[in-house]
Amino acid sequence: MALKTEEMILNMGPQHPSTHGVLRLELELEGEIIVGAKPHIGYLHRCFEKHCEAMNYSQVIPYTDRMDYLASMYNEFGYVTAVEKLLGIQVPERVEYIRVIMGEFQRIASHLVAIGTYGLDIGAMTPFLYCFRDREKILSLFEQTCGARLLYNYIWVGGLSHDLHPDFIHQAKEFIKYFRPKIKELNDLLTKNKIFIDRTANVGILPLDLAINYGISGPNLRASGFKWDIRKDDPYSVYHKFDFDIPIGQGAMGTVGDCWDRYYMRVLEMEESLKIIEQAIEQIPEGDVTSAIPKRIKPAVGQVYSRVENPRGELGYFIISDGTVNPFRVKVKGPSFVHLGIMNELLKGYMIADVIAILGSIDIVLGEVDR
Amino acid sequence: MKTTEDIFEILKTNFGESILELISTQPIEKYIRINNFEIDKVCLFLKDNEDLLFDNLMNLSGVDDANGKKTLSANGTQIISGGTLSVFYHIESTKYRHKLVLKTSAEREKPDIASVSKIWRHANWHEREAFDLLGINFLNHPDLRRILMPYDWEAGFPLRKDYENPEFYLGMKVPY
Amino acid sequence: MIYDFLFKITDSNIIASIIQSLLPLFIFILPFALFAVWLERKVSAHMQDRLGPMRVGYHGALQTIADILKLVQKEDIIPNEADKPLFNIAPVLVFIGSYAVFAAIPFSGAFIGSNIDLGIIFIIAASGFVVAGILMAGWASNNKYSLLGAMRSAAQIISYEIPTVLVVLTIIMITGTTNLQTLSEMQTGHFWNWMILGGPKFGIAKFIFIPFMIINFIIIYISTLAEVNRTPFDIPEAESELVSGYHTEYSGMKFAMFFLAEYANMFAVSAIVTALFFGGYQSPVGYVGNLFGIHWLIPIEQFFWFTAKGIFFVFVQMWLRWTLPRLRVDQLMTACWKYLIPIAFVNLIIIGLITVL
Repeated sequence: MALKTEEMILNMGPQHPSTHGVLRLELELEGEIIVGAKPHIGYLHRCFEKHCEAMNYSQVIPYTDRMDYLASMYNEFGYVTAVEKLLGIQVPERVEYIRVIMGEFQRIASHLVAIGTYGLDIGAMTPFLYCFRDREKILSLFEQTCGARLLYNYIWVGGLSHDLHPDFIHQAKEFIKYFRPKIKELNDLLTKNKIFIDRTANVGILPLDLAINYGISGPNLRASGFKWDIRKDDPYSVYHKFDFDIPIGQGAMGTVGDCWDRYYMRVLEMEESLKIIEQAIEQIPEGDVTSAIPKRIKPAVGQVYSRVENPRGELGYFIISDGTVNPFRVKVKGPSFVHLGIMNELLKGYMIADVIAILGSIDIVLGEVDR
Repeated sequence: MKTTEDIFEILKTNFGESILELISTQPIEKYIRINNFEIDKVCLFLKDNEDLLFDNLMNLSGVDDANGKKTLSANGTQIISGGTLSVFYHIESTKYRHKLVLKTSAEREKPDIASVSKIWRHANWHEREAFDLLGINFLNHPDLRRILMPYDWEAGFPLRKDYENPEFYLGMKVPY
Repeated sequence: MIYDFLFKITDSNIIASIIQSLLPLFIFILPFALFAVWLERKVSAHMQDRLGPMRVGYHGALQTIADILKLVQKEDIIPNEADKPLFNIAPVLVFIGSYAVFAAIPFSGAFIGSNIDLGIIFIIAASGFVVAGILMAGWASNNKYSLLGAMRSAAQIISYEIPTVLVVLTIIMITGTTNLQTLSEMQTGHFWNWMILGGPKFGIAKFIFIPFMIINFIIIYISTLAEVNRTPFDIPEAESELVSGYHTEYSGMKFAMFFLAEYANMFAVSAIVTALFFGGYQSPVGYVGNLFGIHWLIPIEQFFWFTAKGIFFVFVQMWLRWTLPRLRVDQLMTACWKYLIPIAFVNLIIIGLITVL
């Protein structure tokens, strides 16, 4: 006669060191093996979309900062792109260049957090602090330009709140020179570490067809082996002027689309971002960054869906205008929200320790999931 | 690359004109309006047709059209009756790189819309969100629960234009 | 020697033995734990481009004392659903387990808590005691994370005791003794008499032993690392997975006891490695006391060398912790059962054959 066993329900979160905020995962366990996972979200819900309906178009920008608080610049960038499409205005080229530079710096900063916390989840604490040390340098650059370190309100509809600091170009060059060797150091310390590879390779494999069906985008989709980057495939701003590669997952340490691939995409993308910044600060034209800012934003009746390549994936804004100064409806398609939906599919059959590895490799920000 | 008009023609030959309508008055985005009970069949066709292959659902968003009769209640709040709730689908083909916008509307009093979560699986969460915030009922949805709001939220659907915050939630004061 | 001295001044063997058994706690374990916590913070900070504690005392030297004071004052929280008697006993058991080990550790020629003939076997047995405490803590907390941590810990400690014992057996075969004091005395003279370099007997066998001894040392170091739950084997408390494993629910002084036990354990295993392979308390280069004929200096020097070696290995443990990620629980078991134990067995057989020949 077999002994009667029953599955243990383990609540991971909302207060747990490695759910990256306030996510609650309801895990069904058989010993240490997961047979089912149910994510519960909404602990940070503040109904950003309802707020937007009560404000005018430029007042929304600070609120977008607070969604994906690790990539605030890019949230503004996406929103502003959408509103400009709705208004049908052209912005000066210098503005676009500065937006790209800031956006790519933000991408590096965001990936540094992703990589650092991923190391922390796996148990390596030192790379985390190295990553944050380098991120601080980027945040100082932002602070010098717009006065804020995390929530910038820098990119405005039609322009920017300030021009670049006179010393910015010099410091950006210094940073690039400083940062390239640090990526190598990171690779030596973490990427190529045998234990790290053991923990992440062949874990949480995401097949390509499933990834597309689940709407996965950004580094997670590319890790599954699909060359898809909105910066290249649906170009916005001035991205068509730069020469950069799109790294895709090779399965170098295991299977294509495993945690290691997803992690490594971010390391490679930092190098590509450095390339873009280098080209942008060479080509940046002179000009006035505030000249095209409209006095009053009142788009005609209409709707637009506009998307940008956020550090985490496809960030889309769907805006409906009813011809007044307030947007009628703002819907945000956040990559983290979409990526979290696949957790149940990814986690089945792995162990508790792998939950952390998989969740970390997906790289979510709960501020954006819950909005 | 196919334009919205081309795709509309293909759909018309396959489904007939009764459930479809091309709206091209919008300055930026044209869209096809589809009957709320047939949307899942049309979407399945769009996804599986060899010439279309719309494999990527970019966005799914519910909207309160607020086009019904607006009246004021006794305590001064707005009540909307009649009119529609709508859902917008932004889809794209990663192979052919064409995009399409679909719209479907349902009556405000009985907002039933066929679910597409079997076709694009992340529509599951988007539809739950639309249910949670707007109260749109997706038919044949596998797991239609609240997602962002608390599971025991009883004060209605926040993104509706006539939503009023409740005074208390589980004994906690809501307006701060 | 210290016992004789205490017996002489108190004239009572009960008081003398009580004082003697308390000595390591007060002159060594507590100060060492305080020092080790500070060292851990400083080592980690400097490895991570930080400064670590700087405010309390010189370079934060008094920080851990401040922390202990804070922990003592803290409210002792017991979860409602916990099994209270077990919950209260568990930290004491864990602490006793790691403290009992110190009884048989030879700090110097003049001081060993209890010079028992079965020294090394006693240490292994006593450290197995910790498992009971940990399992008790995990069960009594009535918390799923604690329980998972405790289960992992029990599996891990029991598994890794096997390679440890196998390595210890090889040493016993070569030296023919299980008394740590005798073992340390055998390795006297200079560092080429240490067991890691083939032991004190000069001959062909000594040179054949060297590679096997180095393998032995690596095995025992890895498995003792796992026994004290340090990274890369800190799976029972895996902060990012299980919050803090079996001591999640503990607070105040009970938490401090777990904490103290962990650091005491770290030194205990380092001391075992030192005693077995690195000459115990023997100086690598001879004694200043012998040079000038000051004989009372020798035990003090021996104490210095013993702690220095021990702290060096503790430092290596910290170094590993702040460099390496953490293994997964099945990989941990694989490492033990598929690699360490077979290698240790083969080593045991080869060294046995060499000794017989």
